[in-house]
This record gives sequence, C-alpha cells and structure tokens, in this order.
Amino acid sequence: MKAQLVLALATFASVGWAQVPAGESGSKPQGAPTARLLLEQVDANMAAESRITTAQMIIHGRRGARTVESKSWSRGADTGFTEYLAPAREKGTKMLKLGDRLWVYSPATDRTIQLSGHMLRQSVMGSDLSYEDMMDDPRLAQIYTAQVTGTETVGDRPCWVLQLTAKEEDVAYQSRKLWVDKERVVPVREELFAKRGKLLKRIELRDFRKTGERWYPMRMTFKDVLKRGKGTELVLKEIEFDAKVPRHIFSKAALRR
Amino acid sequence: MIRFLLKGLLRDRSRSLFPALVVTMGVALTVLLQSWMGGVMGDMIRSNAAFATGHVKVTTWAFAENEAQNPTDLALLGVGDLLSTLHERYPEVEFVPRIRFGGLLDIPDEQGETREQAPVAGQGIDLLSPGTTEIARLNIGNSIVRGRLPQKPGEALISDDLAHKLDIALGSPATLLSSTMHGGMTMHNFTIVGTVRFGIAAMDRGAMLADIADIRQALDMDDAAGELLGYFRDGQYHDAEAVRIAREFNANVDDPDDEFVPLARALRDQNDLAEYLAVARHMAAILSTVFVLVMSAVLWNLALIGGLRRYGEVGVRLAMGEEKGHVYRSLLIESVAIGLVGSTIGTGIGLGLAWYLQVHGLDIGAMMENSSMMLPSVMRARITPQSFYIGFIPGVLSTALGTALSGIGIYRRQTAQLFKELET
Repeated sequence: MKAQLVLALATFASVGWAQVPAGESGSKPQGAPTARLLLEQVDANMAAESRITTAQMIIHGRRGARTVESKSWSRGADTGFTEYLAPAREKGTKMLKLGDRLWVYSPATDRTIQLSGHMLRQSVMGSDLSYEDMMDDPRLAQIYTAQVTGTETVGDRPCWVLQLTAKEEDVAYQSRKLWVDKERVVPVREELFAKRGKLLKRIELRDFRKTGERWYPMRMTFKDVLKRGKGTELVLKEIEFDAKVPRHIFSKAALRR
Repeated sequence: MIRFLLKGLLRDRSRSLFPALVVTMGVALTVLLQSWMGGVMGDMIRSNAAFATGHVKVTTWAFAENEAQNPTDLALLGVGDLLSTLHERYPEVEFVPRIRFGGLLDIPDEQGETREQAPVAGQGIDLLSPGTTEIARLNIGNSIVRGRLPQKPGEALISDDLAHKLDIALGSPATLLSSTMHGGMTMHNFTIVGTVRFGIAAMDRGAMLADIADIRQALDMDDAAGELLGYFRDGQYHDAEAVRIAREFNANVDDPDDEFVPLARALRDQNDLAEYLAVARHMAAILSTVFVLVMSAVLWNLALIGGLRRYGEVGVRLAMGEEKGHVYRSLLIESVAIGLVGSTIGTGIGLGLAWYLQVHGLDIGAMMENSSMMLPSVMRARITPQSFYIGFIPGVLSTALGTALSGIGIYRRQTAQLFKELET
C-alpha cells in the first residue's frame, strides 16, 4: 500500500512536473520542469542551514598566483564567520558577517573595522570574489524569479539553462544565468549580471561530490570579467553541512579570540 | 609737425578718443588674458608635476595602462637599483619614489570599534629621510592647517576637510584599511599629527600623506614603489630634455614585451598635458596674432569712418599742395600716437586687473568638488615680463595697420577733381 502511494505520488509529481503551465518559466522547452521547482532543488543542494568549510583560494593575479587558506562557519543565508589560516601575513584575520554588515579583525593592528554598503562588493584578498560572494549563501528561489530558456551541454553534462531576474533591486547581481545539471540539479556554470545587463562575473563549478543527499562542487573558478588576470579558484578541502555551529562564534567577541 | 598733429588730436576728440579707447580696451584685455591663462596653466602644470606626473615619471607599463586606479599590484620592484641607475644616467634629474594608494580610513571609538570612516586617496612620500626634498616640493610645510609634520614612523597627515568630516582630533589613532600589492587585505595603524590644505580640490577632499616607509610596510611593498617621479634639479620643467630622457630610457629597456619593465614618460605625455603645454608655449603668439587681426579690422573700420569725416580736410590739404605721401605719413604718425597712448593706458589697466587676480584669485572650489583634476581650487593670474609688452606692441601695430589700410584711399584722390568735390 505504502509502495503504491509512493508510486502514485511519484507519477503525479512527474505528470505535474511536465505539465505545469509556463508561469514563471515562460516559454520553457518541452519536458522542462518549472523553473521555480528547479531553483528550489538547486537551493536544496547548494544552500544549508549551517555549514563549516575549510577552503583554499588560489588567486591568479597578473604577477603570479598566491594561495589563501581559510575556515568558515555559516548559518542561514547571511550569517558567517571566516578565519584566515595562511599565508602568514593574513593569518589570524577574521571576518564576521551579520546581515548587511561585516566586521574585519586584524591581529596586527588589534582593530575591528566595520564594512558596509558598497564596501561589501569589494574584492576579498585581491581575489575575484567579493565579500558578499564569499560570505553569503543566497536562497535563489527567494531572491529571483526564473525562466527555463533552453538546454545545453556543459562538459559532458546535459543542462537546463535558467535565466534569473531579481525580485527586488537591492541585490548584488540583478540577474543571473544558470546552467543546471539535469540529473544532479546543481549549477555547473553561472554568469552574474549588473542591473543594466553587464556581465560582471563568470563561475565554473566542478568536482561534484555527493555529500549525504546532495551534490556539491568542491572546486569553483570565479572570474571577475572587469579584472585582468586568470581568475580565482576556490577549492573546498572539507565541508560539513548542517553542522552544529556554536552561537557565540557569530559575535564580535569571537573576532578577538 | 608732431606738435601740430598732437594739437589736432587733442582738440578733435572724435579723431583720437574713440580709437584710443578701443586700443585701451583691447590691450587691457590682452594683458589680462595672457596673465590669467599663463597663471592658470602654470599652476596646473606645477600642481600636476608636484603631485602626479613629475617632470619625468617612471612606472611599469602595466601601471601606466591602469594609472587612474592606482594599481599598487602593478608597482615597480627593485626600486633601489632602479633609482641608482637613473641617478647615474641622468644626474640632472632627482628621482623620488612615491606610492599612491586608495583605502578606507577608520577612526575608532574608545572601545576600539569603528566610530567614523571615509575613503582616502593617499600618497606615500619620503617625509622622514634626512634632507628630503619632498616636503618643500609639495609645499607641505606651508599647507599645514593644524598640527605638525610627521616626525617619526607611524605618523600621518590628512586633509583638513577630511579631518572635519571624521571629527578627528590631532594625536588620534586611525587605521588604514587597504590592499597589499599582492592583493591581500591590510590594516595599519597611524597617528594623525596634522591636517593639510593644498588648495587643490582633488587633494583636499580626502588626502592622506604618510612616510613612504610606513606605506611600504602597510602595503607589503618592500623595495617597491608605484612610481618614480623625476624633477630637474633647477625646479623648472624642460620639455625637450624630459622627452629626450624618456625616449632614451625606454630605448634601453631589456624586454619590451614584459608588462612589468619600467616605462619613462615626460610630463607632456601624461594627464593630457601636451595640449596645455602647447597652448601655454604658443599663447603669446596666438594672443598677439588674434589681437592684431581683430583690432586692425576694427581700427581700419574706424579709420575709414574717420577718413570719410575728414574727406574735406584731406581734400583741402591736397588742394593746397600738400603731397599725398605727407598726408598719409601724418595720418600714420597720428595713429601711432593714439596707439602709444591707448597701449600705455591699456597695459596699465590690464596689469592692474591681473595683479588683483594674482593676489586674490578666483575661487572655483564649488565647481571642483567632484573633480579629480590637479587644478588649484583658487585660480590666479600671473604677471610675467611678457605681460608688459604682450598688448603694447600689437596695440601700436594694429592702430598703425588700420590707418595704413584706410589711408590708401588718399592716393586714389584725383587732384583735378578736388575743387569740383570741394564746391559741392
């Protein structure tokens, strides 16, 4: 009985998937899922209630590459704490993001400086990532309306192409184009645009690993198209989803510890 | 003869007053314009040289391409050796390292938390070396509004406007948040010991000046500098020499395809200054030519009208047997006398107005609030030896030329018809 119910639900879902009216998805390709559903599945894979990551950022500048290592704790969409582990000059630098405010602590000066507004869109450590890119974990379905505009193959992965448009104006990127792996429902490529449609960044996501129920990219290449250089690689060394993160870590007091 | 002509001029004001007034106005305007343009352009070129371009500047090729962004990541490396080479090759030029940087200046409250912050456009300058020439070159001593010059590492100056905006007291700590030349984030503590005002809107908005050694430490730029600015030791800009030095230096570059090899540029090749220099150099010729052409046309016209009015007088003089050449010469002498008087008065008035603008200037600060140009916010005229003759000679010349052109009609008068003309 239970198996029959599951089968019935699955059948209903698949029929519903194929037959939902265009709605947000506009003139979607035949057989495409609704854009909203896709986006929610992308969010389910990419976003987490909490996350602990250890990452290496390889910044390819015009004079060569340098590597920065950091450990980050995040909770929800816009609460995060990052501590830099290497190189020596950056070691001990910490950042705390609460909503639209960010505090940076430098052990060399023993100062905590608050950044806000446009400063959050500045480059982190000379990389192609902004503070917002680095520390936000956006729920795309909440911020954007989406439309499935076609299908393409990226590498050897068949993908849906999604066009995202921000529901409100106060977002870092007014629109996005996502290439979402049809099978794993994770983005493999992203293009981020400014309000007037100017391409700002291009992201390639690779080395997907299955962690629990979700697929997640362990290597991402960010390219700020307004900057010269070969981009920034973000390599995740360790990642733990929905981990227990102590509350006190998201406080200014934690910066000086 | 001359006495006779002068009496005629003085007694017949319509013959002398209006032409003299026209010459006076023209000469006065020319002197004022020359002094004004000379002053403004000179100030602009001096400000650019002192703060931004030097007489010759050496940067990397990559830095030169992105100069407006102050890209410290594209700075020169091995600056000590490069400076030695430059001083050995070009002893007539003093090269000094500078680092221009952008950042955020953060003022802490009593708990060390951010109280105020503002973006700064900073310069790392040699302020602490014994015998440094930079303080005098940038006129920093005279630009201090409050406080004093930095005397030890870790001390900095900021613009007075910025200090008021941040509500910062002298001796207060401030933290510079910026990027190292390798792209990393950096924070460095300074003590603000003085405030400055240079009278240049682009500097006075948010300038920060600190010793270059501190900035090197803050931005991780050991033995590096954004730019090396070269100044001729006599303090004057020698355009041809600067261009020669730049060309010669660039011709000896090892690998022209490497974007990080040094590139030398003369002042004229930076900030679109070539056009200003050309205008400054040819200004006297341009002003004189325009003045002579315009004034000659005006005075020619005046003399033609005068000629018509004096048609009878010239006819009587010719009828009485005066030679045409004599009449023509007498008119020329009259016009030279008018030109001399008008030019003298015009030069006096022009110099007076120029002196006023040299002393008091014209404050265009309100229009320059968002400007990034190295232009003084108070523009001043500058009286030079040229100001004394720039209007005078064309003033006399144009009067004589106008009369010479209009007086040609004298030679067309037919003696046989003079009595007939006079009868009517």
